[in-house]
Amino acid sequence: MSQNLAIAADEREYPVENPVIPYLRQERIPHIWCPGCGIGTTVNCFARALTESKRDLDQVAIVSGIGCTGRVAGYLNLDSFHTTHGRAIPFATGLKLSNPKLKVVVYSGDGDLFAIGGNHFVHAARRNMDLTVICVNNFTYGMTGGQLAPTTPIGASQTTMPYGNFENPFNLPFLADACGAVYVARWTVFHVKQLTRAMHEAISKPGFTFVEVLAPCPTLYSRRNKLGDGVDQVKYYKERSVVKHGAATKEVALGFQGDIVVGKFVDRERETWLDGMNAHFEKVLGPRYRRYGE
Amino acid sequence: MKADPSGVLTGMHFLDGDHAACEGALAAGCRFVAGYPITPSTEVVERFASRIPMVGGVFIQMEDEIASSIAVLGGAWGGKKVMTVTSGPGLSLMMEHIGLAAITETPVVIVDVQRGGPSTGLPTLPAQADMMQVKWGSHGDYEIIALSPASPQECFDLMIRAFNLAETWRVPVFFMMDEVIGHMTERVDIPPADRIDVVERRWTTKKPGEYRPYAAGPDGVPDMVKAGDGHRIHITGLTHDERGYPAMNPAAQDKLVRRLTDKIRKNREALADIREDGVEDADVVVVSFGITSRVAAAAVDSARAAGLKVGHMRLVVVWPFPEHRIAQMAPRVKAFVVPELNLGQIALEVERAAAGRARTVRIGHAGGTVHEPEQILAGIREAAG
Ligand SMILES: Cc1ncc(C[n+]2csc(CCOP(=O)(O)OP(=O)(O)O)c2C)c(N)n1
Ligand code: SF4
Ligand SMILES: [Mg+2]
Repeated sequence: MSQNLAIAADEREYPVENPVIPYLRQERIPHIWCPGCGIGTTVNCFARALTESKRDLDQVAIVSGIGCTGRVAGYLNLDSFHTTHGRAIPFATGLKLSNPKLKVVVYSGDGDLFAIGGNHFVHAARRNMDLTVICVNNFTYGMTGGQLAPTTPIGASQTTMPYGNFENPFNLPFLADACGAVYVARWTVFHVKQLTRAMHEAISKPGFTFVEVLAPCPTLYSRRNKLGDGVDQVKYYKERSVVKHGAATKEVALGFQGDIVVGKFVDRERETWLDGMNAHFEKVLGPRYRRYGE
Repeated sequence: MKADPSGVLTGMHFLDGDHAACEGALAAGCRFVAGYPITPSTEVVERFASRIPMVGGVFIQMEDEIASSIAVLGGAWGGKKVMTVTSGPGLSLMMEHIGLAAITETPVVIVDVQRGGPSTGLPTLPAQADMMQVKWGSHGDYEIIALSPASPQECFDLMIRAFNLAETWRVPVFFMMDEVIGHMTERVDIPPADRIDVVERRWTTKKPGEYRPYAAGPDGVPDMVKAGDGHRIHITGLTHDERGYPAMNPAAQDKLVRRLTDKIRKNREALADIREDGVEDADVVVVSFGITSRVAAAAVDSARAAGLKVGHMRLVVVWPFPEHRIAQMAPRVKAFVVPELNLGQIALEVERAAAGRARTVRIGHAGGTVHEPEQILAGIREAAG
């Protein structure tokens, strides 16, 4: 148990251990994230979602790319892989296909998943590869010091867009929906309960499931744009979020400090890649086919 | 261990090198391939795609070579023996993951059916010009192994060795074919499964909690586990300690990078496979590999018929380079003659190992076809001169 959970003597009869602790590699704490960073909150929600899912944690693997969010894999007490920038999804694809019993979760940043890794996201969703992708969207490249991301809203300043961003960002739920994801939700780190539930639903549903989480990067994004600290950003999430389950994803694009449509947008059924392969080969090859992955 | 019979197509066949390479991989136990089509390598994955449903395994065509080169690393950590297949432009895209495979010590076989470059170059015509790229292409210090088959039969036989070496040393192993070897059809004998030796993964016998993913044994190689075994491993491309945890300091870097390079460099002699012919009393030794060795053999025969004392060394294992053997011979030969389908890559290694004690005559060729034996013969005459 970590020292910062010191408790008063009269509280000792209650279970006080932080329920998230068994999910963390304690020997790796303290973590690298800045005070007020939103990534830690998402990890907390993810750990709770794992508890709720009642999964055998030996059969859950987490794969990250590179970035501040990319460090999540290294703190979770799961089989964990910290790969290369943008390539968590194809690594996860190989891991899942090689050992189909695993639940494979990709956990990475907006730049990692949608700039350098965008093509892999598009194709994994198209294939309905059985993966859950959790994107921590802080509108910036945190790890490298606050450069333009493919999610940076028009008007926000970044070190490589010093006069304000003029290029159009992705609307991530719309992209995921169009590519065929079977589950698409967006929440912010203000919505910890809803986020936990969404993560739980995403890891429980077979197929390509996607959760976007808005999270503050106070050190770079907020400071550069004079948006205050992490708490101010969470206040913004609280004040401007509008819950619209089932919203048409093309309507949920984000503007600079504008309204944030949150909710579960897509929840549908499609055959996963592996199920499709098994069914197809069984049909066309008959008894010659060796069914895979059971 | 003996090969799993379900992957072994025992019998006498008439196959091209690409197809034979695929059969070698199946016999070696490869059960996961991710690839992206590129001439002249495509037939390897096409055959795998048609064969694997009946063998039990998976093929997936990825969206590009960046994806296929890391999908196979995921496949290895899921527990399968894995391979990806490409040619020059695709190889260039794979470089970052060669480094990732090296630092995470992930066993993987990468087939490069070489074509003329740079860039799109000569898609349908041969070269041997990626030899330095596979050795040095990814950033940082690391080591790899590269084999160079000279016939479809060797595409089968050496492919099994490629997998066995990848599992033994936990390094990327390159299978350096070329367009001619890939597309030439010859007799290929595939033995029964119980006559094919395959190396199993170095699975740890340690229990979760005791196992340290990067604690190496005396040979410098750690034992492995797969995801789902309960060990809760962390695998990272960052410099790491024995637990696999990031360790951002010069001491950890020194320890890790030296081990990654030493495990191959210190076993250079054991890894060497040189087919020597008449080198004992030779004045001139031709050093060749892959398709060029077949042309070189004809040139050596003509030179001998003309009374010259010529030996021939064919490098089956090109990396690690057998510099010890060149160094042994250098004081007693006049010159080495190095024909290759590039403008001087392995010749640089020969020159370095000879260290001024014998001349090195380069017989470069920009690719697109193989040498004429006369070109090599002229080089031998000049060297003997
Ligand atoms: C091939 C490659 N290019 C560039 C980088 C440098 N780099 C590291 S993290 C990163 C961006 C990360 O942004 P994001 O995914 O949004 O993660 P965050 O740090 O914001 O969580 C970049 C460009 C790299 N590591 N590898
Ligand atoms: S730089 Fe930003 S994203 Fe990275 S840890 Fe700090 S606050 Fe978080
Ligand atoms: Mg980011």
